[in-house]
Amino acid sequence: MVKVIMGGEAEVRIHDSFVEKIRIRKRYRIKELDDFLRRRRTISEARIISNARKHGVATPVILDVDDCRIVMERIDGEPVREIMNRDVSREIGKGVAKLHSAGIVHGDLTPMNMILKNGRIYFIDFGLSYYDERVEAKGVDIHVFYEALKADFDNWGELWEAFLEGYSEYGKFSHVLERFREIEMRGRYVDKSENRS
Amino acid sequence: MISLGIESTAWNFSVGVVSEDEVIALEGDAYIPREGGIHPREAAQHHSEVAGKVLARIFEKVNPGEIDAVSFSQGPGMGPCLRIGATVARTLALKLDKPLIGVNHCLAHVEIGRWLTGAEDPVTLYVSGGNSQVIARRGGRYRVFGETLDIGIGNAIDKFARYISLPHPGGPEVERLAERGERYIEMPYVVKGMDFSFSGIVTHAMKLCDEGYRIEDIAFSFQETAFAMLVEVTERAMAYLGKEECLLVGGVGANSRLQEMLGLMCTDRNAEFFAPPKRYMGDNGAMIAYTGLLMMKHGIRTELSESYVKPDFRIEEVEIPW
Repeated sequence: MVKVIMGGEAEVRIHDSFVEKIRIRKRYRIKELDDFLRRRRTISEARIISNARKHGVATPVILDVDDCRIVMERIDGEPVREIMNRDVSREIGKGVAKLHSAGIVHGDLTPMNMILKNGRIYFIDFGLSYYDERVEAKGVDIHVFYEALKADFDNWGELWEAFLEGYSEYGKFSHVLERFREIEMRGRYVDKSENRS
Repeated sequence: MISLGIESTAWNFSVGVVSEDEVIALEGDAYIPREGGIHPREAAQHHSEVAGKVLARIFEKVNPGEIDAVSFSQGPGMGPCLRIGATVARTLALKLDKPLIGVNHCLAHVEIGRWLTGAEDPVTLYVSGGNSQVIARRGGRYRVFGETLDIGIGNAIDKFARYISLPHPGGPEVERLAERGERYIEMPYVVKGMDFSFSGIVTHAMKLCDEGYRIEDIAFSFQETAFAMLVEVTERAMAYLGKEECLLVGGVGANSRLQEMLGLMCTDRNAEFFAPPKRYMGDNGAMIAYTGLLMMKHGIRTELSESYVKPDFRIEEVEIPW
């Protein structure tokens, strides 16, 4: 039996033992640009998945890559969203610390994209990931996770605390946390004492 | 209830009057730079010179006694330009003895778009000279889900247009050139997470001009690349938020290729695409008047002491009671 999930960018077909991720054609883009982007992103995602694993982050093994399709191992575990607790959140923090140390910005850090298997957190979707050394990009990355926790869990406060415990393994932890706080301030409150006239 | 609105954030000095049902009057005078881009002080000078004339035209159609509120664009925008609008609004509010309402310019684009198209809860793509944002409602506020990391898309197109000596504003000219494009030339496609950047495309387009590529092909490739970035992030926000409406606002929204692309994206995901009439897409006083009216109906007004302009005013700062 195959389960098909339509994402924003790709179609994900879940088979018994493997998963296919196919980047679908976007009619709004001209063919040249569409082909180029789908191919480039497929290759880039496959590389990032492998590279993340080299840096100690649990990810599915890539079985095949062709054109706009990635075939990868199916991770048969528990969706993180359903079993979230402090320990899980701390483990996620450690995983993100490793990704960021490798220069990888995940781009879509939500519990929906993670699976727990044999005590390890698997990151299964790198569709929006890219390499970026800037603190800003990493601040935004963990901010996405923060927002996702707030939206999904009543005890988001303690989950966030646990995430930070795990994430503190990252060398630039304090810089990123500082930037995270700035990002959190943006759009909420801006000093209104300036520009009076 | 009748509201008068003054828009003066950048290139346009515009005054609109609306009731709850319709736009009653809209008059304006656009500043056109003699050379180069918009110069904030020159634009402000222009606005102060035309303000009296524009208001006189409005009051030929509307009796000042009928006006219940005076709204003005409080930001974001160019400080000197904003100050002209704010000063005119304060004077008018005091003279008519009516409440003053400071309106967020970006919010006004979204609200007039919703009003005129009937879109209820859309993901809005707001594209103009200075702004390029993907905006959607979440709870009691609008939030920006993606935006430009450097310059607005309109500004990017204008820079390229000036480089090939097209008159200001460059948008419509570049669109005409692009229609005659035949070949796609690769351009820097920069989407990082939900944000995007245009300055790389501008630099690359200029380089291609110097290398003698066909101008039409460059304009075509420029538009295709930049617009695909905008549509992609808009679609992503729709998928993420589970929203099934898309609204296009801002001056660059007049571009028919951008409209076509958003329309296709919406068709393919069974969503609905909305765009207000061109006249209400770019900066205009009616959008300020209408948003002021909404605010007034919900008991919001701006004290004189709080009516200073906010050049960095973000849409997220405004609480939305409607």
